[in-house]
Amino acid sequence: MKPLSISGLSLVSALGDELDATWQALREGRSALAPCRFEDLPIDAWAGEVQGLNEPLPAAFSAFDCRNNRLAARALAADGFAQKVANAIAKYGAHRVGLFTGTSTSGILNTELAYTARDPQTGALPEGFAYAQTHNTHALGYYARARLGLAGPSFTLSTACAATAKLFATAARMINAGLCDAAVVGGADSFCGTTLFGFHALGVMAEGPCRPFDKARNGISIGEAAGFALLERAPEMPEPNALLLLGTGESSDAYHMSSPDPEGTGAAVAMRQALANAGLAPEEIDYINLHGTATLVGDSAEDKAVTGLFGPETPRSSAKSFTGHTLGAAGMVGAAMAALAIRRGFLPGSPHTQNLDPAFASGHLLEGHPAPVRRVMCNAFGFGGVNCSFILGSQTR
Amino acid sequence: MRLFLNAVALRGPGLEGWQASAPILAGKAPYLAAPTLIPPATLLPPNERRRAPQTVKLALAVGAEAFTNADAEPACCPVVFASSGGDGETIHEILATLAGPVRELSPTRFHNSVHNVAAGYWSIATGAKTPATSLCAHDGSFAAGLLEAGAQAVAANGMVALIAYDLPYPEPLATVRPIAAPFAVALLLSPVAISQSLARLDVELCASGTHACAIPELEDMRRAIPTARALPLLEALARGEAATMTLEYLDDLALAVKVMPL
Repeated sequence: MKPLSISGLSLVSALGDELDATWQALREGRSALAPCRFEDLPIDAWAGEVQGLNEPLPAAFSAFDCRNNRLAARALAADGFAQKVANAIAKYGAHRVGLFTGTSTSGILNTELAYTARDPQTGALPEGFAYAQTHNTHALGYYARARLGLAGPSFTLSTACAATAKLFATAARMINAGLCDAAVVGGADSFCGTTLFGFHALGVMAEGPCRPFDKARNGISIGEAAGFALLERAPEMPEPNALLLLGTGESSDAYHMSSPDPEGTGAAVAMRQALANAGLAPEEIDYINLHGTATLVGDSAEDKAVTGLFGPETPRSSAKSFTGHTLGAAGMVGAAMAALAIRRGFLPGSPHTQNLDPAFASGHLLEGHPAPVRRVMCNAFGFGGVNCSFILGSQTR
Repeated sequence: MRLFLNAVALRGPGLEGWQASAPILAGKAPYLAAPTLIPPATLLPPNERRRAPQTVKLALAVGAEAFTNADAEPACCPVVFASSGGDGETIHEILATLAGPVRELSPTRFHNSVHNVAAGYWSIATGAKTPATSLCAHDGSFAAGLLEAGAQAVAANGMVALIAYDLPYPEPLATVRPIAAPFAVALLLSPVAISQSLARLDVELCASGTHACAIPELEDMRRAIPTARALPLLEALARGEAATMTLEYLDDLALAVKVMPL
């Protein structure tokens, strides 16, 4: 693919608002995970909760008010992102800027609350329940489009935990097909009973904080996050420090709805395609931001796939013990960590990982350290056997 | 965006597959109202077939029909799934359980609640390790799916399937989100003409607009089911005549589609 410039990037997670909060935590090796207070789960689960989401959206957007859109609003306001989109609108026109959002559960928490307040006689939902603006998968897209004043093509990808990662591929294709000149990608996933009790039912939720690639790992910790990126065609000669999207790869496991292929075959296909799409060899990748959710099978499959393709030494780590698994928003956490690794020259560690599983390759970083980073591969995999890898870099060669 | 359409599949109320529906859509046979028939998902292995929700059965039915109609192999083809929601029955059951005294979810129901449930089962059923995606633009999901599938076909220079579908929610969600009946469409698209190509489609974004169906019962359907916004395109294909139309997408944006039969 022709590289695209990433001219705006924002992130909000349990680590805080703005990329700088994430950077401070990466540098200090500080996890945001804490015992889950959000729902009364029957286990000692830890979670990465975003604080301060109790304030409703401003009156002009009150129809969209729900936890997920509040979280999205925070990320649109962070890192000067909304202003960068306003600049893109001024440059290209609102109808030439696409908006491609991603989420797994949108505002379903709002519907969960509405179900507890159903009319005892008729079973009807409470008055004023706003389906399109809160429950629908595209409620996030409707909200972000209204908030940013965009008028270009828009839809919401919902491919479970690979939703926002796949948006980078979608945006590149939409710009390539001439359907828009620039694209906002991003999304949000927030706590709800559906995911907390759902992952608990699957038996993949950790007691205590998640420990990716640890020999004693015992499952995931869920986190909340929202993030956005602004993509535009890159100039022929990008600035040396410009952040670029270099390639994307996608595949399906065709194996099981909620368990990854233990051999990591599909994951390897996505990574190989991302390299081919970027015209890069494996040794040109300096750091791999792993999906690494700390499940027994998932981490093992990813380790096989990554080591098979890159060998044992390429530095690698997962964001999950910093932020928790932020589900559909995980691609934006990956993009933010990749951008920080490149801009700050830093390889992040994995704070709760204490003893690397001896079956795994040596490249896993438990502690962060400074190092020059030119290109980063980010992985995101999800239910339905969906796999996506994308590569960010500071220069094409 | 220039695309070539290589196969069509359709399933809706009184519309049982493309072969049976084309004369109705062309106005050559009367439309007879009947509930949407959702066949069993024979593509799936028996244990998965039992666990698959209705959404999956409907999506797999039109997907399989499209590949049969084109005499093409699904295992090598990327697929875009487009739907205005996930599986309504599954989501309702989860919501009802979470609102009840014992908040214990079924693991199968949880993994069936994701929007990409049809994409997951499709790849298992066909063995396709190719990319599968799942998207939503509320009422404009079919148009959004056509954009994504078209852009994928152009970028990959190969065939891409679009499978769009909707099913009604049970109550109480049905009241706040009425969807009249199960309805699904599948299109196989490529950026260049192949031997199976039926028509050339030129797809562009345009200001909002509406193109009503020629047949009144189909126009009622178009207004009552998000995926049925594809019907004006299907009518033109069934008539086998060149046509220009506007397919509804978002409030301020639509798709201008020029259909040129081959």
